[in-house]
Amino acid sequence: MSTEKDTRAPKAQQSHTIKKPETEGTIGGTISIEINEKKLTVPLGTTILDACKQNQIHVPTLCHHDDLCIAGVCRVCVVEVEGMRTLQASCAFPITAPIKVKTSTPEVRKARRHIIDLMLSEHYGECYSCIRNGNCELQSLAKEYGVDGYTFGHVDKPTYEIDNSSYSVIRDMSKCILCKRCVRTCIDLQEVGVLEAIDRGDKTHISTFLDKPLADVICINCGQCINRCPTAALRANDPSDEIWNAIDDPKKHVVIQTAPSPRAAIGEEFGLEAGNSMTYQLNTALKRIGFDAVFDTNFTADLTIMEEGTELLIRLKKALVDKDASVKLPQFTSCSPGWVKYLEHFYPEYIDNLSSAKSPQQMFGALIKTYYAEKIGVDPADVVSVAVMPCSAKKFECNRPEMTDSGFKDVDFGLTTREAAKMIKEAGIYLPEMPKTHFDSPFGDASGAGLIFGATGGVMEAAIRTVVELVLGVKVEDLFEQGNIIPVRGFEGIKYVELPLGDKVGPVPDILKSLVPNWDWLKGATLKVAVVHGTANAKKVMDDIKAGGKFSECHFIEFMACPGGCLGGGGQPIPTTLEIRQKRAKAIYDEDMSLDVRKSHENKHVLKIYEEFLKDGPCGHLSHKLLHTHYTKRGKYMA
Amino acid sequence: METTVISKATKRTGPVLFADYKRGDGIKKALQMGRDNVLLEVRESKLKGRGGAGFPTATKWMLTAAATCPEKFLVCNADEGEPGTFKDRVLLLEYPELVFDGMVIGGYTIGAKQGIVYLRGEYEYMLKSLEDYLEQMRKDNLLGKNILGVEGFDYDITIRLGAGAYICGEETALIESLEGHRGESRNRPPYPVNTGYNGRPTSVNNVETLASIPHIMMRGGEWFATMGTDKSTGSKLFSISGDCGKPGVYELRWGATIRDILKLVDAQDTKAVQVGGASGVCLPESQFDRQLSYEDTSTGGSIMIFNKNRNMLSILKNFMEFFVEESCGQCTPCRIGNVKLLEGVEMIEKNEFTFEYIRNLKELGKTMQIASKCGLGQSSPNSFISILENFKDEIFNTNRNGGSK
Repeated sequence: MSTEKDTRAPKAQQSHTIKKPETEGTIGGTISIEINEKKLTVPLGTTILDACKQNQIHVPTLCHHDDLCIAGVCRVCVVEVEGMRTLQASCAFPITAPIKVKTSTPEVRKARRHIIDLMLSEHYGECYSCIRNGNCELQSLAKEYGVDGYTFGHVDKPTYEIDNSSYSVIRDMSKCILCKRCVRTCIDLQEVGVLEAIDRGDKTHISTFLDKPLADVICINCGQCINRCPTAALRANDPSDEIWNAIDDPKKHVVIQTAPSPRAAIGEEFGLEAGNSMTYQLNTALKRIGFDAVFDTNFTADLTIMEEGTELLIRLKKALVDKDASVKLPQFTSCSPGWVKYLEHFYPEYIDNLSSAKSPQQMFGALIKTYYAEKIGVDPADVVSVAVMPCSAKKFECNRPEMTDSGFKDVDFGLTTREAAKMIKEAGIYLPEMPKTHFDSPFGDASGAGLIFGATGGVMEAAIRTVVELVLGVKVEDLFEQGNIIPVRGFEGIKYVELPLGDKVGPVPDILKSLVPNWDWLKGATLKVAVVHGTANAKKVMDDIKAGGKFSECHFIEFMACPGGCLGGGGQPIPTTLEIRQKRAKAIYDEDMSLDVRKSHENKHVLKIYEEFLKDGPCGHLSHKLLHTHYTKRGKYMA
Repeated sequence: METTVISKATKRTGPVLFADYKRGDGIKKALQMGRDNVLLEVRESKLKGRGGAGFPTATKWMLTAAATCPEKFLVCNADEGEPGTFKDRVLLLEYPELVFDGMVIGGYTIGAKQGIVYLRGEYEYMLKSLEDYLEQMRKDNLLGKNILGVEGFDYDITIRLGAGAYICGEETALIESLEGHRGESRNRPPYPVNTGYNGRPTSVNNVETLASIPHIMMRGGEWFATMGTDKSTGSKLFSISGDCGKPGVYELRWGATIRDILKLVDAQDTKAVQVGGASGVCLPESQFDRQLSYEDTSTGGSIMIFNKNRNMLSILKNFMEFFVEESCGQCTPCRIGNVKLLEGVEMIEKNEFTFEYIRNLKELGKTMQIASKCGLGQSSPNSFISILENFKDEIFNTNRNGGSK
């Protein structure tokens, strides 16, 4: 009866992660209980908290998070279970007997109030000077329980020094209330394991290996911990002041690219339901706050598909035709900087499997300070390039020393969705009211293929749409209804798909003629691909590859560091739940369907750039200089 | 490392644990009786856990035995960390035959193949002699394969050292520690009898509980149950310390009063008795006729005696400093609550308090008792509440002027 999960989560939390019973029969039928004297029937094993939620009974929570394993440490969700001497944490109590629960007795209310008062007594800072003001779970709880003073005092000095060593994540442990969501995120959800509680008693705090600054440990910058922190103990490294300075400097030409995921989510920062795409309103808002041009990151996503797809075809040809044993397959995507750093730390021996193609953000950065600067006649030294990303790791990525192929820092600032919203609000703009405008030339609007990069499976779908058409010479719509590659979509952690190419291949398109004479060598081949999101899933796949399992037979694998892909990134609006991520995904796929151009190789601006600038084609000389990069074997031991 | 030579310098006497026993006899008897009869005998004895919580041992064993899993464990909790408790040390040093025979019988009964002693880090000095003892047991086929010729009864005992955290005496934190994790208590349910060490059914028993088992085997549960009170059967080891003439470990039948104890150990001018260690309660003279039993003042065995020269506030401060440091830091009520209680004591000490705030702290203490995750936080306010209640005249009036500012 092995019930262990393959995870590094602390046993105290892991061994009783309670699976949500999908159906009544899942784990042995149902049971009748009473909550607040109301008779209810729930599936056996349901937690008291879930039973309450399902029956519209509100129980406050703090350490609980739907994405994470159970902790039961904050004790805010305590309830009375008849016959038990002590109150029980409803989040951690699986119902296995016909219990009677009361969620609001005088003892329960008093206990909750005490617990909130205790947390406030050690939580440094004032709400009005806090980045999470208005979106803080501790603040909400204090309000819910009518806290109007500090019953047990309040710290008047910070207890810990702020760790701002990382380009991506800032840790302000004076605001930490030790809910351990970040620990569970890092160890269990992402299986990176940078954060853990150290010391005990009143000295307990969340720390890193040997209390080192975050920049000096194996943090992958995914920022998932930020998204799940109930307070502002964790936040992204915000460059907005520097960006304002650039905007206010008349000498500077400040451009901004927007990625698809922030557009699908930024409405949430303005009080909209998740799943409202703000693509064209955002263009207007960004122009109004002073950016000189707004570009669509999807353009370079299309370019990524051209470069990365070509690279894949070259690798396949070398392996299959030239029998070159040095070629590394499967090829891994490289557009998620969290994933790239994860691989560099945990599986450095596989960095040659990473596509050398830069991420869309960095490709754009290199083009803006070369092609674009030349085109508009501005000194690239005066161009300031900003990227609105759903991501905290993008901040690290743009600061990588190798990302200077334009001769300058290719991308100056990575801005999260939250920070972009902050800047827009600061400028007095209510985003949802903005008129819709298009992206600026010369890059213009991009294809739906670039757009769906925002969701897990999107890069793979975009690549399949292009590779199928370029190689087989048929319309992808003939093979997949409306060109939607459904098997690679969805939030399943690891997806594996086989695509038999059949016996008919098409002519080699002009753009690739210098690379391959014909496609005959792909006749009858089956393309094996996989889609993986969340580094915990990546770990499973990498271990399988190491062991020579089925994923080692794959040709191409899409990896995204964050659960759900970019739309669930560490720079996205807080909170995050599966439901919210699903709504963002729907917004992205719906927008894809609304576009006329839905394949990267049909993006006429992309084709134009190969005609005008990258004249020797995908993976050609100039492409290699500007659009490709290399990686660093970091390993787990850092000096 | 130098081996500590263990000798019984003074012959201890007592009705059960300090009575005569020959190594292996209990195991032989248990193997003859068979599992079910061992369980029945233990049930009849009404033996309850001697660590302090008082859970019926037979029930714990039955639940572990009933769990359907091929791999089970019996863990001997020898992390004797409660301040003022030192009886397990005596058992391990002087009566290892009782502890280890109890572990073999327990393992046989619940169907475990592996027994683990979780030994307090500070007891490392006895590790070598205990290992030697286990080696001798293996030679005598009291451990190992087919023990005493019983086909298929394979069982061995290993000893693991703790690292000095008080919390690791809590059974689920102990299991975490055994697994190599940070010592933090787990959520319950599930209980260790179902999901314990390595996720396997595990019975965690106190040293003294296990040491009682061989005698129950030899002389029967009925005999055991004749001693003590109705709900507290048998005898108990008391670790008696503080202001008295003859401190030490004493074996007494349950039901003795505090006053009996004070007489026995020659205590004079006693002002207060702390029963149950830092996590216990502090009783004034007016309550010295109370009985030591699960139904009255329950204790894992620690009795600390304070005479009229002691300052109750500094005693309380000492206890609270202990909990502030020893809380595992996991749950809010225990981690921060104990800090607040200690601050309250310091406020009283400096005469900078209001009675309203102290009342608030007592209420906070009650919340900690019911809302903390484990027994540590649930019992840490006991001293605070009982000392402030039972010694309020001394603390708030003597040498003080009411103290409200």
